[in-house]
Amino acid sequence: MAYTQKVIDHYENPRNVGSLDKNAKDVGTGLVGAPECGDVMKLQIQVDEKTRVITDAKFKTFGCGSAIASSSLATEWVKGKTVEEALQIRNTDIVEELSLPPIKIHCSVLAEDAIKAAIQDYIKKNDGEDKS
Amino acid sequence: MKLPIFLDYHSTTPMDPVVLETMLPYFTQTFGNAASRNHEYGWTAEAAVEKARAQVAALIGASDKEMIFTSGATESNNLALQGVAEMYKEKGRHIITSPIEHKAVLDTCQYLESIGFEVTTLPVDQYGRVSAEDVARAIRPDTILVSVMFANNEIGTINPIAEIGKVCKERGVLLHTDAVQACGKIPVDVEKMGIDLLSMTAHKMYGPKGVGALYVRRRNPRVRLAPLVHGGGHERGMRSGTLNVPGIVGFGKAAEIAKARLELDTAHSTRLRDKLWNAIRSRVDEVHLNGHPIERLPHNLNVSFAYVEGESLMMGIKELAVSSGSACTSASLEPSYVLKSIGVGDELAHSSIRFSVGRNTTDEEIDFAIERVVATVKKLRELSPLYEMVKEGVDLKSVVWTGHH
Repeated sequence: MAYTQKVIDHYENPRNVGSLDKNAKDVGTGLVGAPECGDVMKLQIQVDEKTRVITDAKFKTFGCGSAIASSSLATEWVKGKTVEEALQIRNTDIVEELSLPPIKIHCSVLAEDAIKAAIQDYIKKNDGEDKS
Repeated sequence: MKLPIFLDYHSTTPMDPVVLETMLPYFTQTFGNAASRNHEYGWTAEAAVEKARAQVAALIGASDKEMIFTSGATESNNLALQGVAEMYKEKGRHIITSPIEHKAVLDTCQYLESIGFEVTTLPVDQYGRVSAEDVARAIRPDTILVSVMFANNEIGTINPIAEIGKVCKERGVLLHTDAVQACGKIPVDVEKMGIDLLSMTAHKMYGPKGVGALYVRRRNPRVRLAPLVHGGGHERGMRSGTLNVPGIVGFGKAAEIAKARLELDTAHSTRLRDKLWNAIRSRVDEVHLNGHPIERLPHNLNVSFAYVEGESLMMGIKELAVSSGSACTSASLEPSYVLKSIGVGDELAHSSIRFSVGRNTTDEEIDFAIERVVATVKKLRELSPLYEMVKEGVDLKSVVWTGHH
């Protein structure tokens, strides 16, 4: 597989690898994909409750080089954005930035799903609080 | 040490310089057509071909008259299966094979099914072995051919061909074996093992690409084949076409060297392969050997590194030329059907790497490979959410995954 320099760079120097406390109220966790499909992404965000700005993001990914690069890039992009802004990130933006070949587009879809799943988890935790 | 290090001897091998030397005159000086019966050029070419035929036959305990030269093992497999099917279709239309054959056999069987033959696919055990008992059970009155590979190209498992040959003899059914990975690596003897047809190729044994052979038994029983390629009646009418004289000469030399070096090569490959495996399994947890632990080709190592995906692992060990059973490295996006057939789960199939060593592999290369593999697996596990979950005590099977494709 001939990858672009950007994919290789993310693979060799992945940004924001690690884990946040998934039980913390200001943390949202997204876990998407399946081991038998060869891709699992865990993406976590830490959100400032007042401004709803994502102050930190971490990821861990089981998957091919493009899956690792897509999730690494996703953590870079969500940081500093509000939750609402982060929801606007599209997989096609990731495809374009990393010049992913057609056969690897599903990796970018998974990264978009991971962002959304993390945000949903955060909203669920905090909206639940609001309603009570 | 030259990088990347070639650890993919199952795919092909570098040509032995001695083999090249032997071939060279047949391109430019003694360039005759082996079928030219009326002059010196033709006689010289024919003599060279016949010498090579004897050399290749000797490697598998055959007589020279029983060898048909082809363009490679894919053609040999096609000729064996289609040739027998066409020739014996009045006797029966049932063929038996295994699920872990090379695509050249599986796809040919599929084609034969499409034109009215019936194919039974035998079960294999957890190591990829076919049992002679299962062959015996599958044979019917209308069975004309059993085709079971000698040794598998992905997992290196060696089949009990002699036992299967015995069953086939008793029941009067022809036995074909794809012995591409076995010839020149382990002892193969068509007489002792009861083999009627055998496919082999030169480029897996330090010979040139583009030349192979099919062994076709001449007595007890005399096997007849309908040709795939019609024309001048070369190769006893079974495979027409001007002979690839330089390639055949190279194949002969490569077979002669392989026979002479068999024990030496086996000892060398086994030692280096075991060194690699012992280092990996002592330094990395959760690694699984795919294929048989003992009944295995000496140069093969197929390992699944749990919680690490194969393609990303290959990116990390780019100084090593290896192959993977991961879907991400194949055009089909399906993980290895061989690993699937032996019950390896998709998640471990995605994590598999095939290493194969050869005559030119050195200790220095293996030492380097060990360090690269261990470091890369550790790095990718730091990145793996699955490894983290397992370490936290999560049972991955209990997780509801959002299956994606």
